[in-house]
Amino acid sequence: MLRASVIVFPGSNCDRDVQTAIERVTGFAPKMVWHGDASVPSSDVIVLPGGFSYGDYLRCGAMAAHSPIMKDVVAKANAGTPVIGICNGFQILCESGLLPGALLRNASLHFICRDVFLKVENDQTFFTKCYREGEVIKIPIAHGEGNYFADSETLDRLEGEGRVAFRYANEAGETTPESCPNGAQRNIAGIVNETGRVLGMMPHPERLYEKALGGTDGRRVFESMLLSTLEAAA
Amino acid sequence: MTDTTTRKITPQIVAEHGLKPDEYERLLEILGREPLICELGIFSVMWSEHCSYKSSRVWLKTLPTSGPKVIQGPGENAGVVDLGDGDAVVFKMESHNHPSYIEPFQGAATGVGGIMRDVFTMGARPVANMNALRFGAPDHPKTRHLVGGVVAGIAHYGNCTGVPTIGGETNFDEGYNNNILVNAMCVGLAKTDKIFYSAAKGVGLPVVYVGSKTGRDGIHGATMASAEFDEKSDEKRPTVQVGDPFTEKLLIEACLELMATDSIIAIQDMGAAGLTSSTSEMADKGGVGIELDLDLVPQRETGMTAYEMMLSESQERMLMILKPERQEQAKAIFTKWGLDFAVIGQTTDTQRMVIKHKGKIEADLPVPVLANSAPMYKRPYIEPKKPSKILPEWVPAPNSILGTLKDLMGGPALASRRWIWEQYDHMVMGDTVGRPGGDAGVVRVHGTKKGIAVACDVTPRYVTADPEEGTKQAVVETWRNLTAVGADPLAITDNMNFANPERPEIMGQFVASVRGMAEACTALDYPVVSGNVSLYNETNGVGIPPTPAIGGVGLVPDWTKIADIRLKSEGNMLIVIGREEGHLGQSLYQRHATGKFDGAPPPVDLQDEIKAGRLIRTLIREGRVLAVHDCADGGLLVAVAEMALAGGSSGLGVELYPYEGKLPAHAIWFGEDQGRYVVEVTPQKAEEVLERARLLELPARIVGRVSGDAIGLKGEKPLPLSELRAAHEGFLPNLMQSELGA
Repeated sequence: MLRASVIVFPGSNCDRDVQTAIERVTGFAPKMVWHGDASVPSSDVIVLPGGFSYGDYLRCGAMAAHSPIMKDVVAKANAGTPVIGICNGFQILCESGLLPGALLRNASLHFICRDVFLKVENDQTFFTKCYREGEVIKIPIAHGEGNYFADSETLDRLEGEGRVAFRYANEAGETTPESCPNGAQRNIAGIVNETGRVLGMMPHPERLYEKALGGTDGRRVFESMLLSTLEAAA
Repeated sequence: MTDTTTRKITPQIVAEHGLKPDEYERLLEILGREPLICELGIFSVMWSEHCSYKSSRVWLKTLPTSGPKVIQGPGENAGVVDLGDGDAVVFKMESHNHPSYIEPFQGAATGVGGIMRDVFTMGARPVANMNALRFGAPDHPKTRHLVGGVVAGIAHYGNCTGVPTIGGETNFDEGYNNNILVNAMCVGLAKTDKIFYSAAKGVGLPVVYVGSKTGRDGIHGATMASAEFDEKSDEKRPTVQVGDPFTEKLLIEACLELMATDSIIAIQDMGAAGLTSSTSEMADKGGVGIELDLDLVPQRETGMTAYEMMLSESQERMLMILKPERQEQAKAIFTKWGLDFAVIGQTTDTQRMVIKHKGKIEADLPVPVLANSAPMYKRPYIEPKKPSKILPEWVPAPNSILGTLKDLMGGPALASRRWIWEQYDHMVMGDTVGRPGGDAGVVRVHGTKKGIAVACDVTPRYVTADPEEGTKQAVVETWRNLTAVGADPLAITDNMNFANPERPEIMGQFVASVRGMAEACTALDYPVVSGNVSLYNETNGVGIPPTPAIGGVGLVPDWTKIADIRLKSEGNMLIVIGREEGHLGQSLYQRHATGKFDGAPPPVDLQDEIKAGRLIRTLIREGRVLAVHDCADGGLLVAVAEMALAGGSSGLGVELYPYEGKLPAHAIWFGEDQGRYVVEVTPQKAEEVLERARLLELPARIVGRVSGDAIGLKGEKPLPLSELRAAHEGFLPNLMQSELGA
């Protein structure tokens, strides 16, 4: 049993996609929760989906971070409920202080939608345990502001604590500057918080959960959710 | 333009409204009095070419627009076609040429927004966008700025609303140096029993305004879009609207949520000519009158006059007629989505459109007259001359076939458009199973086995040479592209982009083009269900090449059985199916070899197209072909090379078999004969596929074998895919990099 809640902000547009992926991969349909609600129902995992919450006005994720529901999301995250933020969801996690750093405009100044290769850097977290450390996976990005930035002290700490979950890489797994699509510092594509239970990632695992869509490497994020939840319950 | 109800109408004011003196005379006659200034504004937009189709209507009526699957043809916001099982596809293409040239980012963005509203107004959730773009010569000083702005504008709007842009087509030609084309297409899905129309049936019903507030933007946009350009075109920037895709996204969700209840009697988006055209069309179709109190219109600016409000083209607005008892429920939905919801008037039994503002009547016009009295012109036209056929041997042979291939593939006409489509989110909604870069984009009908294929095409140099044959070609190319992914072509939307119709030779192009379209659509059972006409694409007397862009939509019965263009396995055979005549007139090779396009474009044989199309779809569904690509621009060798490159860094090469027939080899490799497909088959299936073609009296032959990582041809140095790819992928990024001065 997996009780996932997907938060729907005005301007979210990957909410249905992640809802479909979770249901298809885990067999359990998530609850869709409106941003104006005061609290998230008791959940095994909370999902902040991709999109353009509040039209990305002001700054990506900045307004959504102040939505009524976010007080409870932050409280639940701090109390240990796993939270994943994908793309705009990652931006919201940074804006709400659950994750450090910020997502800046892509170095090319263009929106980029394409499959990219990621190197799995940490396979011990709630959301990544079905991957293997060091393996190279293919998951698409679709963003205009995915250029991860933090000061070098923060970056050193993230790396030192093993909190970089995914890095942009080439097909051979080399994290070269050319394989970084957006200028992100140290090729960072996804990070976790201190407990490993809050993950923010720019790539969209919900977009590659079956072969017809071009690949299945995104599935294991959702399989990891289910496995982690079942293990915790056992 | 200040305006009060009492302002005197002078000939200059009439001219500023784009009305010809005889048209104003007609207006005086219809009204039996001088119009108020607001009324003049209303008539000027309703009678603009953009809204009234006054030059084109008489010819558009000759197009085939019905069929057993057509639920709604032209005349509503978008066309609707039955997909079976209670599903329907809703689509339309529309131009935003004039505004996009003046202000590329906002012009293109609002073009996308407008066409999406046309689709969800009908009750459909938009599921795919496409576009057909034409820019001037790559080295023209404005081209990079326009390409960058248009692509970013389309991306900005489509990406934010969460609708995938699954393909399109872009090309460059100096004929568009001063008039670019931005044609946006939207495809939506609806339920056949939940289609919404614009007829305001019933008296005493609330007229409800929802969406964004009204501002002064876009006033006279429709009139601007109905005139040619001159040196002062840049001064028209204030007539370009500003888009807010976030509001559009909310509007989509709120409208679809309301549509799921039983509240709406009629709904219409406020597009060109805003409140004016939506009000008059809804009232006219419902046989009622409408009375509006403009004091109740949500306004973004202060001090707006009735004239400005009636002509504003502020974006993201809709007008609805609701069941009175559902008004509160509807309001709650829009409030939840943070959108304005205002009752601004009611329907009446007077058949008059009465506009009140600050206690004064600013317009009082008979609805049937307003909606139906636009002039209809059968403008004089000159039938275009048929050019003569160019024989293959008249065009010189190249030194190297493969060297020429590389030149063509790395040139503006054929270079990869990846730089463009990677800026569009083409995967959002999680149903894109045919991505850009192939023959047609394919999205799944969410939660079903079915898919929708979409393709946009036109080859303006063919249309310029022979508008009738060239337009037929545009129609069949979409049909072939849909076929090549395994879809049954259903219907088209057309976007007729032409120059000034008051010139008889331009009108002649239009007339011949419509004739070619009608012929092709009739033969293929492929009706026109929606469309748009954009005339006056002309600057200082120089017009664009005639560009009837066609958007085709097809049904994929089972998305697990679609085909793509990527070569699959070493050792497989490539077969070309279709007649090979080495037609080089108007071909890219001809220009490469001689410096210009000349002669007749390749002729289209509609009966052969039907046979080949049926065969290809059957082979795909039986799983007998592993990759399929239609032969189009550039000919056979280009098609083969595109199939090889589609595999990306792990792509497979092709060893070509020497051609041993009677035609010159370069005419075989680069001729642009129509009605052809290249298919990949296993060696075991090759004979069977050849035989299946022969049974239909379709020529078919093996052209090569999938092999290695280069294109090989006897007697020539192999062309490594990496080298070909660098040329093919490099063109656009290199061109656009200089945009940043890097």
